[in-house]
Amino acid sequence: MLQSVWDGKIRRDPIGPMMRAKRFARNAVVFCFILALVAGIFAIAAWQPALAPISPPPAGSIDSSLIKRGAELAAIGDCGVCHTAPSGREFAGGVGIQTPFGTIYSTNITPDEKTGIGNWSETAFQRAMRHGVRRDGGYLYPAFPYDHFTLVSDDDDKALYAFVMTREPVHAIPPANELPFPLNVRLVMAGWNLAFLHPGPYRADTAHDENWNRGAYLVEGVGHCGACHTPRNFLGAEKADQKFAGGEAEGWTAYALDASSPAPMPWNADALTHYLSLGFADDHGVARGPMADVASDLRSASQDDVRAIAAYVAAQIGDQGPERPNVAHQVAVQAARGKTVADTSADNQADVKTLRDPHGNDEGAQIYAGACAGCHEGPRALPYGGINLALSSGIAGPSANNLINVVLYGLPAAEATHAPIMPGFINAMNDTQLILLARYLRARFTNNLPWSDIADSVREARSAQRAMTAQQAPSPEPAPAGTMQRITDEAQHQ
Amino acid sequence: MKLNINNSEHDVDMDPRTPLLYVLRDDLKLNAAKFGCGLGQCGACTVLVDGEPIFSCVTPIALLADKQITTLEGLGTSEQPAPIQRAFIEAQAAQCGYCIPGMMMRAQALLQKNPHASDAEIRAWLEPNLCRCGTHMRILRAIHRAQAMMTTAQEGSQG
Amino acid sequence: MSGAPITLSRRAVLVGSGALILSFSSTARLLAQDSGVPPTAPPQPSAPPPPGSLAKAPFLDSWIRIDADGAITVFTGKAELGQGIKTALLQVAAEQLDADFGQIKLVTADTALTADEGFTAGSHSMQDSGTAIMNAAAQVRQLLIAVAAQRAGRPADQMTTENAAVVAPDGRRFGYGELVAAELLHVQAAPQSVLKDPSRYKIMNRRIPRVDIPAKVTGGAAFVQDLRPDGMVHARIVRPPSYGATLVGVESGAVEAMPGVLKVVRDGSFLAVIAEREFQAIEAMRALAAAAQWQETAKLPDAENLPDFLAGLPSQDITVLDQQQSGLGGAKTLSATYSRPYVAHGSIGPSCAVAQLDSGTLTVWTHTQGVFPDRDAIAEMLHMPKDKVRCIHTEGAGCYGHNGADDAAADAAVLARAMPGRPVRVQWTREQEHACEPYGPAMMVKVSAALDDAGNIVDWDYGVWSNTHNMRPGGAGALLAARSLAEPFPAPEPKPIPMPEGGGDRNSIPLYKFPSAKVIYHFLPAMPVRISALRALGGYMNVFSIESFMDELAAAAAADPVEFRLKHLDDPRAREVVSTAAERFGWSHKPRAGLPGRGYGFAFARYKNLAAYCAIACEVEVNHETGRARMVRAVAAVDSGQVVNPDGITNQIEGAILQSMSWTLYENVTFDERRITSVDWATYPILRFSAVPDAMEVHIINRPGMPFLGSGEAGQGPAAAAVANAVANATGHRFRDLPLAKERIKAAIGI
Repeated sequence: MLQSVWDGKIRRDPIGPMMRAKRFARNAVVFCFILALVAGIFAIAAWQPALAPISPPPAGSIDSSLIKRGAELAAIGDCGVCHTAPSGREFAGGVGIQTPFGTIYSTNITPDEKTGIGNWSETAFQRAMRHGVRRDGGYLYPAFPYDHFTLVSDDDDKALYAFVMTREPVHAIPPANELPFPLNVRLVMAGWNLAFLHPGPYRADTAHDENWNRGAYLVEGVGHCGACHTPRNFLGAEKADQKFAGGEAEGWTAYALDASSPAPMPWNADALTHYLSLGFADDHGVARGPMADVASDLRSASQDDVRAIAAYVAAQIGDQGPERPNVAHQVAVQAARGKTVADTSADNQADVKTLRDPHGNDEGAQIYAGACAGCHEGPRALPYGGINLALSSGIAGPSANNLINVVLYGLPAAEATHAPIMPGFINAMNDTQLILLARYLRARFTNNLPWSDIADSVREARSAQRAMTAQQAPSPEPAPAGTMQRITDEAQHQ
Repeated sequence: MKLNINNSEHDVDMDPRTPLLYVLRDDLKLNAAKFGCGLGQCGACTVLVDGEPIFSCVTPIALLADKQITTLEGLGTSEQPAPIQRAFIEAQAAQCGYCIPGMMMRAQALLQKNPHASDAEIRAWLEPNLCRCGTHMRILRAIHRAQAMMTTAQEGSQG
Repeated sequence: MSGAPITLSRRAVLVGSGALILSFSSTARLLAQDSGVPPTAPPQPSAPPPPGSLAKAPFLDSWIRIDADGAITVFTGKAELGQGIKTALLQVAAEQLDADFGQIKLVTADTALTADEGFTAGSHSMQDSGTAIMNAAAQVRQLLIAVAAQRAGRPADQMTTENAAVVAPDGRRFGYGELVAAELLHVQAAPQSVLKDPSRYKIMNRRIPRVDIPAKVTGGAAFVQDLRPDGMVHARIVRPPSYGATLVGVESGAVEAMPGVLKVVRDGSFLAVIAEREFQAIEAMRALAAAAQWQETAKLPDAENLPDFLAGLPSQDITVLDQQQSGLGGAKTLSATYSRPYVAHGSIGPSCAVAQLDSGTLTVWTHTQGVFPDRDAIAEMLHMPKDKVRCIHTEGAGCYGHNGADDAAADAAVLARAMPGRPVRVQWTREQEHACEPYGPAMMVKVSAALDDAGNIVDWDYGVWSNTHNMRPGGAGALLAARSLAEPFPAPEPKPIPMPEGGGDRNSIPLYKFPSAKVIYHFLPAMPVRISALRALGGYMNVFSIESFMDELAAAAAADPVEFRLKHLDDPRAREVVSTAAERFGWSHKPRAGLPGRGYGFAFARYKNLAAYCAIACEVEVNHETGRARMVRAVAAVDSGQVVNPDGITNQIEGAILQSMSWTLYENVTFDERRITSVDWATYPILRFSAVPDAMEVHIINRPGMPFLGSGEAGQGPAAAAVANAVANATGHRFRDLPLAKERIKAAIGI
């Protein structure tokens, strides 16, 4: 008996098999015809023309202040981060971006005529930014976050164009994307765009002042912060109703930048400005993983822009309530008191265990004391000393992800750069030990519920891919004595 | 607690928080691994745990029960040097020599798992290790030499 | 300066039954055939001094000892720093003695056993000790021949030597040991020796493998850090957080109760803890540091404006060269100002020492470059007679000058006194080595020169501003510990090192021939930041400045940098290293317009205008987006006089190039108004493998029979200038302020 596809009910079949087959064939043909019609209409509607190639503008013909502005915007947009492979030439592409759908390789955006964008006109460039379409009419994948770049103004597109067209041309062909059918048919992105692309440019929100709008323009536009900090749906688009509720990037948690920000000490505009431009903030830690590149690039951005970005993000986080700093402070002092290096008597160990460590985690405590305490309880201020772990989002946050990444891979030395160095423990700790340590740190340095996903984080984190993203932002300045110093002093005298 | 170092069991009566480096040097009187920074920044203390390099200055022995620890002394002796040791002697790859054991252990770990590592891979692999005397060119030559010795030996034993 | 007798203790140490000892004063012919030569003869003032360190101190006991069993021991007052000096000296001794290299034992700097050769510094080891040992060994050989000839009844000139034996024409062998058995000679050195003909060298000018490397690569004990005498305890110092800080109070009760802690030692502002086990000492140190309260008074200069700061300090102006003539008709005049910040030694192994006070005698095992001066300073600090303090050089990590070694020795001495009978080991932390060591001083150079129409330099006016480059002991006040004690010793007055060696003015006189030249050294006594000798001393900065400026002048004269230098050089050996380096590099074939971001640079200097000649050509790449510079390849040519160990020279030059490149591209000590802030490798990054060049060659020009020329520091200055010149060539921008950090380069080359 045939089951009706329309309403799931089982019907008796009064017609007979031959008729049924004929009807099926006819329905199938009609269905395919309709599908083809829809697809055809879609394809016609979605088709984008190729724009005429041009010769690249001669060097020296472009206004240098425009190029400079473009450089500053590129710093906020982190173009180089995706478009420069680790041992490759600048902007020559070839970086594999892992998505749930497959790997997409960044393109060569140097002004090379054959393999880069050397023959793209300014119009073609802007179309790519505004609508996600290449010069030849092909759709781009939103791994290139044109859903954000669409907000960039015409003037700023001009400046960015001036910048990319004055880079050094490099002959380089990136690897082919690894996407399954039908995603490897670029035209399907037209459908995605229909649903999820809201073409710009940015329109000011009159309910807020100029500075807020400036920040919004940069954050939502070229800064594309939501690309990491907003969760995505099953089609890979940012969930519009959960803006800044937290996301992930290359195996690192991009913490929420809304009211659910997990930072023990609440972020404010000053701390964010410091963090974004200098790569660290006293009460928060150092920028690491993908954020390290962001902070590093923002060093060359206009500092006014950085402040505007910080103010806007701080506004998204909002006021998390007056209790929060007190709680953080309290936790830090408690944790510090339990740790005084001279304090090794058995009594105190027992105290520390029951108060802070419901798992009775002797081994976690030993590992911490031998491997971590030397730097993380030392007197050295950030960014070079280890952060007081009671202040770390890595331990207070919703997932053990970032903590595991840092413990495994550390913060490797960067050539000729003033940046913190932390050893990685990937070869020293096995998974069991890592989990014990993570549990111990969570219990001792926060009042939050234990993590449920440590084992998963550990398993995923041991991949070579993850190792490559272990890095930290350079920082030109040591911090003056900050909160951490004070907490240590206070703990001393209680 | 028991530590397995260079294939022999040692009974170590130390605070388990003690970094391995001090156990190796002070209790077991092994000279090769060196104190360079105690911070995991310079690699002079590098030894192998289950064939992989660690900084012994920041690794408490609490982590090391049931693991195989290998120091430079475990690879060979002056009478019977291992390929990496012969290579470093033949290449005269040392000035003050303080960083060299750490370099050798780091290189040994690479050659054990990737015997055909390229020059670029070797250079990238050695990034965590510092040499202040500027012996880098010789260190690279010595590692290539060791690599040649080890792959020849392998081929020989398969031939 | 005359024949005072050797002290009994030394004689007892050195005299075995039938050991041959040579001591030297500056008279009397060698080849004494009879044993009737008086034990000591007063020097005749007119006789020239014997060569090298033989001249320095007639009280030097011995250089060579041969025991009755034939064992040969050579003594040197110099120390192995990793530069291969042990091997080179053994080669010299073995060659001149005709003894087997492997059979000779070398004893290095030890205040109880060896000559006082001052510091192992200034690239003097081969020139001083090598020369002394070479001549001493040659003269010993002649003596042994004479004795054997007498026994064999043959003329001395028919005897030969081989394998530590004198051989008679009839084949009879007299082992060196049996020759000395009968005699105890106290023989004086002649001013000249019968040296072996270099064309017959079997061991000198050979790549003899270094004697110290096998132990270092197989876990043998090789360093002071490896010493473990019985009963040894571990100590850590708690240093003041800034210069001159005083210890106001410290609650040490809790620390004293920590497991394994034996003692907390406080003497004025000197604070330390001693424990049974090393990690216990470390944890106790951390706790003690947290418990200590200091009053800080240091005021450090503005790190961002050091050249202005230096220019504003009171100076003692020393005229180094005044051959200025006027009216030479310069068509073009150029001026430039160069600067460098404070640069750290940054030894990879922080300083360490072991000391033991036993029955009134203090023994200190230390990697100081100068055991005698350090011993004197320690004796003064502890109010002990000098002969009750013995300093024995034991290798440390590369020191590159005056680092923390002398201070660690002093620390250990103070603590040994606090714990009599037990050997006390002091290990500095990384942070202490970085923050407390004396740096290479910040320097500034102002230079101007005039070119005539034909592109010749006709006038040269050069001024260099610098602190002294030597705050080594001499005087207890040079030691950090001594300055912190309750009864402190004041820091000594800084003094300039006189030319021809020089300190801040080392290499300030160009080797080039100019018709008119003037060089002034603005010696700056005020030292707000602790400084002392760093490899090459003023030579690094002066050569960087001179050679950068030579390139600037060459450009103004539209001349090729190498040709321009040759035009002004008449020293044939200098010309040869310049030509060799250029030719081997392919200087004349280098592309005019190279790959984007590539540049080529050349530089030359003769270290101190007295020591080795070195020329370097290099290729550099500069990344336009980041400003990062990296040396791609380098070719060096060096003339060290008579070569002893070519591999040793190559090793030193390669090392100097890479170390100098690191200083030049990356390094500066950082500080705020009060404290040093560059305290580890994160805050003081140095060269890592990612920036190591693709290729490097060193070409040695051997000069058989010519005096040894010190080579350990010859590469530092030329490498700096070659890199700077290459970066200028690559970017079109001239950088005059070191380091050539990528941020600076990027700021200059723009978007």
